[in-house]
Amino acid sequence: MSWIDIADIEDIPLRGARVLKTAMGCVAVFRTGEAEVFATADRCPHKGGPLSDGIVHGHKVTCPLHNWVFDLNTGQAQGEEGSIATFPVRVEGGRILIDGTAVGRRSAA
Amino acid sequence: MSKKLVVVGAGMASGRMLEHLFAADPDAYDVTLFNAEPRGNYNRLMLSPVLSGEKTYEQIVTHDDDWYAANKVTTRFGEKVTGIDRDRKVVIGDKGEVAYDKLVIATGSNPFIIPLPGHDLPGVIAYRDLEDTEAMIALGARPGARAVVIGGGLLGLEAAAGMAARGVDVTVVHIMGHLMERQLDESAGFLLRRSLMEKGITVLCGANSEEIVAGPDGRAAALRLDDGTELPCDLLVMAVGIRPSVALAKEAGLAVGRGVHVDDQMVTSDADILALGECVEHNGALFGLVAPLYDQAKVLAHTLTGTADAFVNKEVSTKLKVTGCDLFSAGDFADAANREDIVFRDPSRGVYKRLVIEGDRLIGAVMYGDTADGAWFYSLIKDRTDIAEMRETLIFGPAYQGGAAADPLSAVAALPLDAEICGCNGICKGTIVDAIAGGATDLGAVRAKTKASASCGTCTGLVEQVLQLQLGDSFKMPAAQPVCACTDHTHEDVRRLIKVKELKSQPAVWQELGWKTPNGCHVCRPAVNFYLLADWPLEYADDPQSRFVNERKHANIQKDGTFSVMPRMWGGITTPDELRAIADAADKYNVPTVKVTGGQRIDLLGVRGEDLPAIWADLNRAGMVSGHAYSKGLRTVKTCVGSDHCRFGTQDSTGLGIKLEKVLWGSWTPHKVKLGVSGCPRNCAEATCKDVGIVCVDSGYQVGVAGAAGMDVKETERLANATTEEEAIELTIAFIQLYRENAKYLDRPYKWVAKVGLDWVKERVVDDLDSRRALVERFEISQSVYRKDPWAQHVATERKRYAPLADLTLEAAE
Repeated sequence: MSWIDIADIEDIPLRGARVLKTAMGCVAVFRTGEAEVFATADRCPHKGGPLSDGIVHGHKVTCPLHNWVFDLNTGQAQGEEGSIATFPVRVEGGRILIDGTAVGRRSAA
Repeated sequence: MSKKLVVVGAGMASGRMLEHLFAADPDAYDVTLFNAEPRGNYNRLMLSPVLSGEKTYEQIVTHDDDWYAANKVTTRFGEKVTGIDRDRKVVIGDKGEVAYDKLVIATGSNPFIIPLPGHDLPGVIAYRDLEDTEAMIALGARPGARAVVIGGGLLGLEAAAGMAARGVDVTVVHIMGHLMERQLDESAGFLLRRSLMEKGITVLCGANSEEIVAGPDGRAAALRLDDGTELPCDLLVMAVGIRPSVALAKEAGLAVGRGVHVDDQMVTSDADILALGECVEHNGALFGLVAPLYDQAKVLAHTLTGTADAFVNKEVSTKLKVTGCDLFSAGDFADAANREDIVFRDPSRGVYKRLVIEGDRLIGAVMYGDTADGAWFYSLIKDRTDIAEMRETLIFGPAYQGGAAADPLSAVAALPLDAEICGCNGICKGTIVDAIAGGATDLGAVRAKTKASASCGTCTGLVEQVLQLQLGDSFKMPAAQPVCACTDHTHEDVRRLIKVKELKSQPAVWQELGWKTPNGCHVCRPAVNFYLLADWPLEYADDPQSRFVNERKHANIQKDGTFSVMPRMWGGITTPDELRAIADAADKYNVPTVKVTGGQRIDLLGVRGEDLPAIWADLNRAGMVSGHAYSKGLRTVKTCVGSDHCRFGTQDSTGLGIKLEKVLWGSWTPHKVKLGVSGCPRNCAEATCKDVGIVCVDSGYQVGVAGAAGMDVKETERLANATTEEEAIELTIAFIQLYRENAKYLDRPYKWVAKVGLDWVKERVVDDLDSRRALVERFEISQSVYRKDPWAQHVATERKRYAPLADLTLEAAE
């Protein structure tokens, strides 16, 4: 793993998300708690809704287009056939770090 | 030969007793009735309406001379009984003795007079009989008259309110910290006091009276308090309580405690002397309310006629009206270690309810402002009903307990078999009944077999009722629909509980209402966020993270993830400059589609999310603000050109539309709200299918509400006719505020009105001017926070949220 520093934790509102542009496409970075973050593919497998625009609740996000609900731990859609990719992400000293390898980048500069 | 019955005291209890007696056996006794007051039986409870002028004395007489004559009662009114000689069995009156076989003592009670210096001055009265009442009425006839009432209990307040209604300047002096402290707690006392003050009555609580000061004419002229304050008065009314009037019984040597002792048959310590009413003591209890007195009257009449009966002191409730405020109390309120209170307060509406619970039983109830459920609480207290199951919602009354209200199944039961239940799929009741007979015994099976309620689902409740009717107890009606899986509460419960428990934050709601998830979900959280900001506009801050993306980003998300941007066009009016700015923005941001909407504005469709702040800033610079085309809030006010240009226009419909939009914009509502104002009944603005639609006519403005032109199409219903523009605006605001405060989240006004009824809405918005004004006030308080352009705010402070968090593709390329 190669951790890349992408942002300050405060850049994402609590129970909110922001988009991260990567070589793998858009990644949604969620903040579910004071220092609790998740990262998944931003695109809903159903009709392509931007998950970073969804409502974040518990460890879940609801797609803004048709209310599919995904578990941020596993990427599995609730009650539907479908899942989204998840990416390793963590918080250290108030900074959000994402696994560069997983999002298509070999190492931090 | 009839026996001789003497009755001392012609109050309400003895009057009722005589009725029972004559009904049972009109010839059993020759009756002699003494009364110290120079009149017969009247309804003492009705003295307050006499004082306030709502009734005359003649109207409150319960037994008149003809009645006494018809029943051969010898009346000795205005004559005081000075003694009873039990050995000779005679009653001694001022004007001579009367022999008795049976004697009934019904001497009632005396007002308690505090022995303040000056308490015996002329001009000091109690509030007990017609003479007192007349003295107060006479005062009202004197211009500039002033009165002081000592005592902030029921009687004192009725005296105060009655005199105030007659134009007297009244001050109430109460020794305790709040009014009616035996029935109400501090908050309810506060509400009552506020309402009295609004009626111009001065209320001093925690005030100790020291002396009644005489004037030069020797009459009471002022009350001096222990802090030196002097309250000048022309009349001083002492209403601090009553004591059983026992002197006569005591002198006769009967057993007397606080009252005249009686047994269950209402017999005193002398087998030939009976007693009833406020003068008696039964098993240690005294009586001040009329219901037990009437029970005593029946028992006593039975005892006199030899029918076995026994008096049982039941729980009593009192429903009072003090100065136009409804009060209700029942049962026992004393604080005790094992008792719990459930309190409902709605300070802004002046409603207060308190239930006292011991174990799983309701033992006391006090209500102020809204006493509609009093009888129900009283029956729970009386029957010692186990309330464990309904504890959570108990305070909301029977309507919330399911089944207690009018039988909800009766309407469906009455439907013929060919009545269409499911409109979407055209399924009749008969088809559903057949499916149930064929083995479909739950909702899912009925849906699978018939498609009833399988589309829009709004008829689900009806289908369930058909199941219930067909299957009886073997079909379990589902409980009321909870908001979502996060909670068992319904929307209605959550709204009520947020008010009752004064929950002012999301964590408070999750915690106090036992949410099953850490912070709700996409269904409940937007609803709770709205309920909180609608109920506590100043205390609760709107949470964008609890809003659907459209309301969080102030633009409508499209199927491809882009957004639409729609600036406000007040009343559908625009200018060449605005149009140029819109055209420039469309060019600059490569907007693929520009569309004129049904709400008379221009929609820019296909704007990329990260461009939103920039395009808003451009539109702001041209003087335009958010059109809230994305919100559960005020959308547009559609207008026609009205009297400015149209040869048929009767009023300035465009101007009114603009005024309405300027007042209402930015407000959040349970669902979107669209308005229309048409300048004449030709109705070019299509106002009659709007949430609020105003049609101008020569005589003014017809304000209609609860129209629809979406999933359902429905014409508005007339809320009221307004004569001025101001009134039309006020009615509109009050209606919308009532909707904001009461409707379920995502119910459009027409759905909400269908639930609560237009009459209910009219009462609050049209008929009751105070209520209308209060609604408008509360709307304005909320608008002090929300009548702002969110675009400008986001451009100023939230800009970066619209941009990607980081762009790793760029870094990789470096």
